[in-house]
Amino acid sequence: MSEYKIILKTISIISFLGLIFAISLSITFEKSNPLIEQNKIDFKTNLLNEILNGLDYDNDLINTYIGVKPNELLKNKTETNAYLAKKNNILQAILIESVAPDGYSGDITILTAINSGGEIIGSRIIDHKETPGLGDYIDQKKSTWVFNFNGMSLSNSADFDWRVRKDQGTFDYKAGATITPRAVINSVKNTLIFYKENRELFND
Amino acid sequence: MIKEQIQDGLWKQNAGLVQLLGLCPTLAVTVNITNGVALGVATIFVMMLANVSISPIRNYVPESARVPIFILVIAGLVTIVDLSINALSKPLYDALGIFIPLIVTNCIVLARVEAFASKNATLPSLYDGFFMGFGLTIVLIILGAVREIVGNGTLFQNLHFLIGDKYQFLTIQIFDSSDGFLLAALPPGAFIALSALILFLNLVNQKR
Repeated sequence: MSEYKIILKTISIISFLGLIFAISLSITFEKSNPLIEQNKIDFKTNLLNEILNGLDYDNDLINTYIGVKPNELLKNKTETNAYLAKKNNILQAILIESVAPDGYSGDITILTAINSGGEIIGSRIIDHKETPGLGDYIDQKKSTWVFNFNGMSLSNSADFDWRVRKDQGTFDYKAGATITPRAVINSVKNTLIFYKENRELFND
Repeated sequence: MIKEQIQDGLWKQNAGLVQLLGLCPTLAVTVNITNGVALGVATIFVMMLANVSISPIRNYVPESARVPIFILVIAGLVTIVDLSINALSKPLYDALGIFIPLIVTNCIVLARVEAFASKNATLPSLYDGFFMGFGLTIVLIILGAVREIVGNGTLFQNLHFLIGDKYQFLTIQIFDSSDGFLLAALPPGAFIALSALILFLNLVNQKR
């Protein structure tokens, strides 16, 4: 068999297999994507309710939001939705998404619920790529660490409260994984600052 | 015929302990039993599919281009598995996270395709994929169990991600997790536990 024949054979079989897998991948994607999107919406609704921790509201939460443009405090790269929980049309709480880009590996996305008094109702990690078994204790599925934020506000906590114990703060941390909690604490604090500076945005 | 694949997969050519292939996920994931089971099952699935897809076309694959072709097939299959798991069960997908896409880089999949499926008929290749994956899964589970008990003081932690929230009671807390021996949960602990297993296997082989 000549050299050209081998090259031709190689090219055709790679192209053939590439085509087969391109087709089967696109079929799988088309079939799975609606389910994945629906899962995400269900997940989000449950998450919002869980963070609000039984707070009383009567609006359609998942469809009541305002867009938040990328900014220095929240560090979001695209416009995100801030959800508004209302009762009798009075704002009860707001759920703001923030990004901590300075974790150990990749962005950590955090959702924080703040009540009208500027206090944190709850914070949850929505997405992270921290090391399993090491930095991932910030995840509410792995430990209760993230509940430390409950009830904190800018007025009832001093600057040094927003640090891990290793930096003379009040937050617990796991030895060998301090970069992760530092990033999360910073991001949640910045969320409160964002809310304080942009209150008029949400009170319409 | 099938007996040979069972013996090879589970003991003689065990992927985790004898061939020492796929160490990266083996060492990284086995923090608890749940991760071990989940990654093991996904690997079995991918290995069976990969072997079965390669074996029928083995005579058409040019010698010089076989590795890119194998990787193409494996990566395609893994992506399909990844998307399917995400669609079928979000909790399971969240629990496995990055480790499903990482199956592509697991040498054992490529090694079995190269060493077995590209030289044997389809049915034996299917058995080979299953039992090689099964042998690896057993190692992952043992490693996961040891590291979970020593490092975290629990057994079956997070198992409800795989089988549903109502099974949360299955988690056994043996002692408080803050008293855990952190080394066991970290990568060095994985190396130590794995070498202990290899030692055990070699001891048994020597006695025979």
